[in-house]
Amino acid sequence: MNSVILQIAAKYLKWLLIVFAVLALLRGHNNPGGGFIGGLMAGLAIVYRGFAYNAFQVKEELQDRPGYYIGGGLFAIFLSFLPSLFAGKTIMTGLWVKIPTPVGEGIKLGTPFLFDIGVFFAVIGVTLLFVFSLTQKQH
Amino acid sequence: MEIILAIVVGVLYTAGVYLMLRRSILKFIIGLILLSNATNLLVFLSAGLVPGSPAFVKPDGVGNGVMADPLPQALVLTAIVIGLGIVVFTLALKYKFFELTGTDDLDQLKKTDD
Amino acid sequence: MIAFVALPILIPFVLIITLLIIRSDKLARWVGPLGAGLLILLSVYLLVLVREHGVIALQMGGWEAPFGITLVVDYLSALMLVVSAIIIFSIAVYALRFLPETIKLNRFFIFFFGLTMGLNGAFVTGDVFNLFVWFEVMLMSSFVLITLGRTKNQLEGGIKYMALNLVGSMFFLAGVGLLYGKTGTLNMAHLAEILKNDDQAILMNTSAVLFFVAFGIKAAVFPLYFWLPASYHTPNITISSLFAGLLTKVGVYTFIRFFTLFFVHDPQFWHQLLLVIAGLTMVAGGMAAAAHYETRRILSYHIISQIGYMIMGLGIFTPLAIAGAVFFTIHNMVAKTNTFLVSGMINKARGTYELKDVGGLFNQSPLMAVLFVIPAFALAGAPPISGFFAKFILIKAGIENGNYGITAVAVLTGMLTLYSMIKIWNEAFLKKQPENEYAKTPFKKLQFAEYFPSVLLGAVSILMGIFAFYVFDFTMEAGAQLTNPELYIETVLKRVNP
Repeated sequence: MNSVILQIAAKYLKWLLIVFAVLALLRGHNNPGGGFIGGLMAGLAIVYRGFAYNAFQVKEELQDRPGYYIGGGLFAIFLSFLPSLFAGKTIMTGLWVKIPTPVGEGIKLGTPFLFDIGVFFAVIGVTLLFVFSLTQKQH
Repeated sequence: MEIILAIVVGVLYTAGVYLMLRRSILKFIIGLILLSNATNLLVFLSAGLVPGSPAFVKPDGVGNGVMADPLPQALVLTAIVIGLGIVVFTLALKYKFFELTGTDDLDQLKKTDD
Repeated sequence: MIAFVALPILIPFVLIITLLIIRSDKLARWVGPLGAGLLILLSVYLLVLVREHGVIALQMGGWEAPFGITLVVDYLSALMLVVSAIIIFSIAVYALRFLPETIKLNRFFIFFFGLTMGLNGAFVTGDVFNLFVWFEVMLMSSFVLITLGRTKNQLEGGIKYMALNLVGSMFFLAGVGLLYGKTGTLNMAHLAEILKNDDQAILMNTSAVLFFVAFGIKAAVFPLYFWLPASYHTPNITISSLFAGLLTKVGVYTFIRFFTLFFVHDPQFWHQLLLVIAGLTMVAGGMAAAAHYETRRILSYHIISQIGYMIMGLGIFTPLAIAGAVFFTIHNMVAKTNTFLVSGMINKARGTYELKDVGGLFNQSPLMAVLFVIPAFALAGAPPISGFFAKFILIKAGIENGNYGITAVAVLTGMLTLYSMIKIWNEAFLKKQPENEYAKTPFKKLQFAEYFPSVLLGAVSILMGIFAFYVFDFTMEAGAQLTNPELYIETVLKRVNP
């Protein structure tokens, strides 16, 4: 495809999509959203350039990425298992800490959030992998 | 509502099986997608429908007593995600096979049988 | 200590992460066998724990059963874990030498451990839907493995494998839906408790049939086995042996688990059906194996034939028969993998799998001949190797319970097994090398590292035969636990303290 409008828009839309993806990730635990949806959006943002320019070229450039995204994501998921083990609880038990802030109610951080971040990155990797495996050379 | 959905499930199964019995690999994959959607609907349906109330508890912890069962929703969500991965894999496999042999005909797939 | 129950899943998980982030074949060369070795140690420890406590259960995430996912290890799971870990280790070593250059070791081991994770997950989980997820993990990894290398035949076999297994998954999922709709729970122990006291449990036959078809496809029983011989001979021999040893046996495991724990409401119908299916599976697989002359195809059909014995034990349904089925399963996993490993060696030494093109291997390499004889005799049921005792228990149970028909079929199928093993023996080892293109190429001497996995599995087979009494003791405990699942239910639902 060779649309100038799409090519210009791709540059900005990429970041817009990534911002939305992170938003979806952050509001995830108690509201609609979460790592999976965020990951899908971010994954699409990364391959968006491919739709505007040459999908195969993007595939060649980013060939190695999916593995690292998936590996990193799974590693974050693995890290989220550990706190509950050290706290002497059953594995995968959700643990939360509240970090007080000068304004507002404070920020709640917990292992489910870390798990969600892991899912986020793993899904980015999987999305890239899906798109790449169906991308063919343009004749 | 249940009756309509049950009919939809039946129609999807019929269409899926019909497509799977065609000779084209691509139609087989489309049939597979229909089957997996029909199965997801079946799981959702057989757990019972609770129209109009989401599977949430209100922040104050008091609801009006009616709440949809969250478990089948979680099951269906997981099944959809797995289905997505499977469909992409089958498509990629079909594409590689087509690249190598240039055929989409299931009847040509006789070499590994005897 | 109870947390160890999660490790059969977590260890492969961590290994996958390592291999994904650090991509070097040099590392994979070490990570593969070492990780698999760690799994052996862990599963043996779990077996010791089970010996101490009977059943151990871990409630994931602190959510009590039946609301959360429970991981349970009882005798059956622990035995399966130990044996599959031994096979995984030997295949990991075998892969280092037998995978072609075109397949990157790193990539292979990622999916190898993916399959291991799914497999171990299926063995330890106590939740029906979770079992479905592990099945899919296993299936996805096996899809990639069977098409690694991407030859024409592999892609064709891959399509057939994929098609029937996905249909099986749909049946499984539909069964899960109906099961949940009727009982409102998916925890196996809770299901067992609900269905035991439910006079409408007969309605569960709809769901049970769906599960039956799903597991029937996975386990490759009689009318549903066609994907197996069409695909198992296409990939590299390493991957064929991995699948041959492990995949269908997960189907058998789930058969045993489901039809002893909670689908016990209509024994007349189900046990008859299981026995009929078992007999047909044995005969169909054995006949087809007799007709072929390519080692991998013979052995593939032979897998099917042997599945029949395991289902037969389940169909007779006495503690002794179940113990026999479990004994037969673990013996068969080891011996079957070993025959595939040896056929890979024949191929490496001679360059073909066709029995008509090879010969004279006995003179060339007596060690290889011995390594073939051990699993072949084990499969045919010659004492004192493992298979004899496995078949003996099954046949004894059949006669004691008055199932003479199936017992006769089992004995006769033993002849067919012996026939196909003798065929491989005669053609590959005794007969003179025929004058053809393969005769011109010199016999390739194999190194010890290439023999090692087969030596290991052969030793396990022989030890299982010599110390059959101890193995029998374990399988009897498994049979007792399965026919009387009170302890399983009580432990999972937390009414007894482990």
